[in-house]
Formats: sequence, structure tokens, C-alpha cells
Amino acid sequence: MEEKKRKIGVYICHCGGNISDHVDVEEVRRRIEKEYGVTVAKTSMFTCSDASQNEMMKDIQEQGLDGMVVASCSPKLHLTTFRNLSTRAGLNPFQYVQVNIREQCSWAHSDDHQGATCKAANLVGAGIEKALRQEALQPIRVTSVKRVLVIGAGIAGLRAAIELADLGVEVFVVEREARTGGWVAELGEMFPAGKVGSELAASLLAEARKRPNVTLFLNAELAEKSGHIGEFELAIRVRPPGLAEETVRIQVGAMLVTTGFAEYEPKPGEYAFGQPGVVTLSQFEKLLQEGDGRLLHQGREVRTVAFIYCVGSRQCGEGEDLNRWCSRFCCSAACHQAVLAAKRFPGLRSYHFYRDMRTYGKFETIYEEAGKTGSVFLRFHEERPPRVERDGDSLRVVVQDLLTGGDEVALEADLVVLVTGMTARANDALTRVLKLPLGADRFYNEIHPKLRPVETVIDGVYIAGACQGPKNAGESVVSSLAAVAKAAALLIKGYVDLQPFVAYVRADVCTWCGKCQPACPYGAIEKVAYGDKEVARVIDVLCKGCGACLPPCPVDATQLKGYTDGQVEAMIDVLAREAEHER
Amino acid sequence: MSEFKPRILVFSTDNVSDPGIDLAGRNKMHYPASVFVVSLPCSSGVKPRWIVRAIDRGFDGVFIAADGSDCSLVPDCTRRTAATVAAAQALLKERSLEPARVKMAAVCSVCAESFQKHMAAFSEALRKLGPSQRGPAGSVAGRG
Repeated sequence: MEEKKRKIGVYICHCGGNISDHVDVEEVRRRIEKEYGVTVAKTSMFTCSDASQNEMMKDIQEQGLDGMVVASCSPKLHLTTFRNLSTRAGLNPFQYVQVNIREQCSWAHSDDHQGATCKAANLVGAGIEKALRQEALQPIRVTSVKRVLVIGAGIAGLRAAIELADLGVEVFVVEREARTGGWVAELGEMFPAGKVGSELAASLLAEARKRPNVTLFLNAELAEKSGHIGEFELAIRVRPPGLAEETVRIQVGAMLVTTGFAEYEPKPGEYAFGQPGVVTLSQFEKLLQEGDGRLLHQGREVRTVAFIYCVGSRQCGEGEDLNRWCSRFCCSAACHQAVLAAKRFPGLRSYHFYRDMRTYGKFETIYEEAGKTGSVFLRFHEERPPRVERDGDSLRVVVQDLLTGGDEVALEADLVVLVTGMTARANDALTRVLKLPLGADRFYNEIHPKLRPVETVIDGVYIAGACQGPKNAGESVVSSLAAVAKAAALLIKGYVDLQPFVAYVRADVCTWCGKCQPACPYGAIEKVAYGDKEVARVIDVLCKGCGACLPPCPVDATQLKGYTDGQVEAMIDVLAREAEHER
Repeated sequence: MSEFKPRILVFSTDNVSDPGIDLAGRNKMHYPASVFVVSLPCSSGVKPRWIVRAIDRGFDGVFIAADGSDCSLVPDCTRRTAATVAAAQALLKERSLEPARVKMAAVCSVCAESFQKHMAAFSEALRKLGPSQRGPAGSVAGRG
């Protein structure tokens, strides 16, 4: 094997209990600590914690480690964390190997503790073999263009476009609809600042338009994507109504997805939806804006309103496609609408049929105000939701009120408002073009809700706003500004450091048969003289590290850094090993 | 020896199928713990000799979770990966091993459910084939 014995540090993470609840991490440590080259083998409650990282740095420096393996979560989450740690401690960051024993072991096999423990030991063993054979590498730098595509011109997208433009980044905004502003453009007075939604949306658009480095495409969609972080090649399809379709090709360094949400549409008959006098919260909002002295619905004056909460949110029971989430904004929005209605139409009575009042943070004051302005609250149990009954021309809401000991209460109402929640918007075409991962709830998935909340597994593609889950307008803007910071930090440098895991040719073995050259999609292989023979050579900056040149080589001369025959075969050998009890 | 649990080696890809397999774990979608994943940059880079070696060293089957049309690196990735599978199957046949021990399917970055189904179906197919015979006894020295 190696001439000089390598010194590898191995750290196995409990991840709180995410790993150690299903994998016996001490047993894993015992099984691998005697492996060739292992100098340090430890377990840790959280390998990513400052304390653990400091300990690893100390080990690297004091023990002179020249390789490190951390067995924890997916490399999508912490590969960069531990590479940075390696750099700080003086270890070449590419001699760090991340082993995924959470997503691909403890969580996938939470039904098989023994199997998961054996598998984890083998995975760690394979990581050690890879680290033993990993030489020190330097990153390959590519230029990045200072341009961003923002997809979706709602409040999150427009706010992001303005901020990026002010940071000196050129911004393209594509909006599928014929207008900007998204949901906010349809809102009246918003809480707590009292701004009118339509005016807010208009002022954002005006701000964006003031900036020469913002280009807005309406009636437009992202149709094609190629390239990579730093240099994406995109095709935008613009379909102006009544005009010919046009395709615009642009190059950007990063993309920000702010496509928003869809309002939950009640099923026909759900709380009598579809019948006269039953509307959604957003329909009620429009009625309020229209009302002229009197609150009118279909020509009749409304004197009593019944709000039914959690429609399309927090659905419980059996079933795959239930909306199990809380939509966050709706308790506050319904209370706010009731307060506005009471101000505009004195004498209007509001009854609120709710499960739990979630007017969190400063929204609590709007709940309080609703109570003071005549709203009456009746609480129902999730398994006994209110019934909406029709009696001739009038509607009646019947509920078992938990606040009065479960008495059945029946209330006449002129208007029933279904407080509908947020669902994921159908963006199938965009999801396909960008290959963006969706969660089980069909919202876009970030890499990590706390640690990397606006990044996706697609490098250079960020998500923000309600496309990643229910958020109110303020929260959407907060996340879009986070994405602005991430994208701008990436692009303003002017370069992106790519992984140095490129192909190379073992010149001593190569006999230039010419098979690798046409196999490379990037023209990265050239023929050069080597002593008295001709051999293939890889042009580093052109190589994307795909490995397409590996299979055609009849003598295994082409190799990929990080995935050499030696590394992959040693990993296979370890993974094939069966523990005593398995045989 | 208890019930035969086919040992499967999966070649996944860093940016396409590996996130899909991660998602299966995140959603606690179970598949056999005898499935092991090695991630590569692209499925066009899988070498037939790695597949043969895996079977030789004790795996009962090899599954390539291919990039398919989602590949951002190699435009004709599916065709190339299929050629690799065909080459590996030919090598297995030379050793009197069943070509059905190698399988490929595109697994995208959100294909958690499809991955789980592939693992269940491939495990079942391998169970029917029985443990791999792995050629002469000498070639399995690496086991254990």
C-alpha cells in the first residue's frame, strides 16, 4: 500500500439521537478503530458542534493527521463544514471524507437497528479506505458571471431583485403572470404597519424599474437550463398575449426561486363550499375592499360573519396527501380581517370557530384587538369540526364549543368565511427544468431548515419565500434577503472554487488508443508526447470530473481523482464484507 | 444462515440520485440495510470492472441509480450507462453469472419513492436468483 503510513482520524456522530437511536455508534467505533491507518477513533454527540470541531482540530495538529473521516449526515449538509475545519487545522480539505450514516443509514433503516449498525460500520470502513488513498489536492477556480435570475415577481422576488441590483449584480426577473406583485398585490391593509398590499407591490415594482440593471420579463417562464454554478446558460420563453412567442437566452451565475404558494381550494361541499354565502378568506378580503358603507355579498347585506379556521391546514387522519402543516399566516390574517371589518362596518358581528389560536409573536395583539372589537371565539376539537347547515336562505354553523364545556352551539350567519391555508403551487415544468427537490408536502426543499435554509442541492440555485413552505409576507422577505446575501456573496467574488476531482491519465500505462478523447463531452483530452510515445492528457480547467473517460480505456490509464480504481475497489471490498452474525 | 438477504451495491451520483436516496431516508422510507451506496459524480463514469468486482467480492447484485436525462454533466448519460451495464453483463456471463444481477434505472433528486420501490423489486428478483455463485472459491478470498 502506501510508502508512508497514513494517519487517519475517524469521528462518528450521534447527531443527538438521529443516528444513535438506530445505530450503535460505540459498536461502530469498536469495529473500525483497529483498521489500518486509523490513528484516532472517537464518537461525538454532535460532530458539527464548536466543541467537537475544536477537538478535531486539536487532534489534526497534535497527532499530525493527514486524513479525516466524519460519519454523520449527508455530505450535502456538512461536507463544507468539515472541509473548512480541515483547512483551518492545516489538513488538506480534499483529504477529508464524509460518510453518510444518517439519511442513508439510521433514518433509512430505523426499523433494523442491527442491520443499520453493521451497515454503518462498513460505510465507515469504506470511507477510511477512500481517505487512505486520497492525495492532497488544490481547488480549480472558475469565473462566475455577476448576474442572477429571479423566478417569480411576488414580494420576495421583487425585494430580492432590488437588493441584488443595489449590490451591483445584474438581475433578470421572470414572472409567469402578466403582472407583478403576486398575492400581496391583491391585499388591502396589512398588519402591523397598515400598508396597503397593492400599494406596497406597486412601490416595489417602481423601485425595481428605477434600476437599469433589473430586466423584467412578464408572461415568461424558464424553459431550459444548462451549465453550472457560476455559469448557467438559460433559455427564457416569453409569451406576450397576442404576440409571437420569443425565446431569450441569458447567462447567469446563480438563480433564486421565489414562486410563492397556492391558496388551498376547499373541496366541493367541504363546509358547504360552493354554496351561496360560503367564501374563502381571500374572497372575503376582496369583499371588504369593495364594500360601500354596507358589507354586501351577492347583493345582500352581511351582518353576521362566521370564520371557520384551519381549512386545508393541519389535516389529520390517514392518507398520503393530507396537508398536515399549519399555514402560519391564517389565524393572524382572519383576526386582522375581523378587526378591519368591525372598523369599517360598525355593528357587524364576527364569530370565530377555531382549533388553536396561533397568532404568534407580535400578531398576538391583533387577536386581542379582535376580542375588543366584538369578535366572539368558539373552540372546536379537531375530530368534531363545525357543520355548516342551510336553512332556506340562511346559513347556520353548529359546533361543540370546548370553551363552554362541549355544549352544542348553533349560530345563524349571513356569510361563512373559510380560513384557507397555503399549499404548494403547481410548478411542474420549472421543477423539471431545475431538478429541484420537493418535500413530502410538495413545497421546495432547502438543504437544512436551520443551517442552510435558502440553499438547495442544486449548487447555485436558491429558494425563498412561500415556495418552500407557509410564510407570511414579512417572513418571505426575510428569507429572500437571506438568499440575496448567499447569491451575492457567491458572485461578487467573481469566481467559484470547484472541486478538484478531475480526471488524469497514468502516462506510464497509456498507449494512446484514442478512445478516451471522443468519450469526453468537454474536449478536455489532448494527445501529447511522453518520452518516445504518445499519450492522452487531461486539460484540468476543461474537465468537469464526470468520469465519462473511465469506461472506454482498455488499460485503466484514465483515472478520476477521488474515485480512482484503487479507491473505488477498496471501498467495494469493505462494503462486501459481512459481519460474523450475517453469515 | 438465516433468511437470505441479497446484498446490493448501488452506484449513485452526487447531484442527482444521491439526493433522491437521501430524501428516502429523510422521509423514513425503509429499504433493506443490505443496500450499500457508493456515490460518484456521474453514472457515465461507472466502470464495468467495478461491477464485476462487486459481485466477485460478495454482492448479490449491483444497481446503478443513473442520472438519466437529469445529468448536468454528460448529455447522452443514459446511453453510456446502458453500455456500461451491457459490458458488465457480458463479463458476468463469461463467468457463468446471471446478467440479471446488474440493473440500472434513472433515479432523480426527488425520486425517493421510486428508489424505495426499485430496492424492493431488485431485492425480490435477487432473492429468486439466490446468492451469487461468485465463480471459483479462490476469488472470494476477500470475504469475511
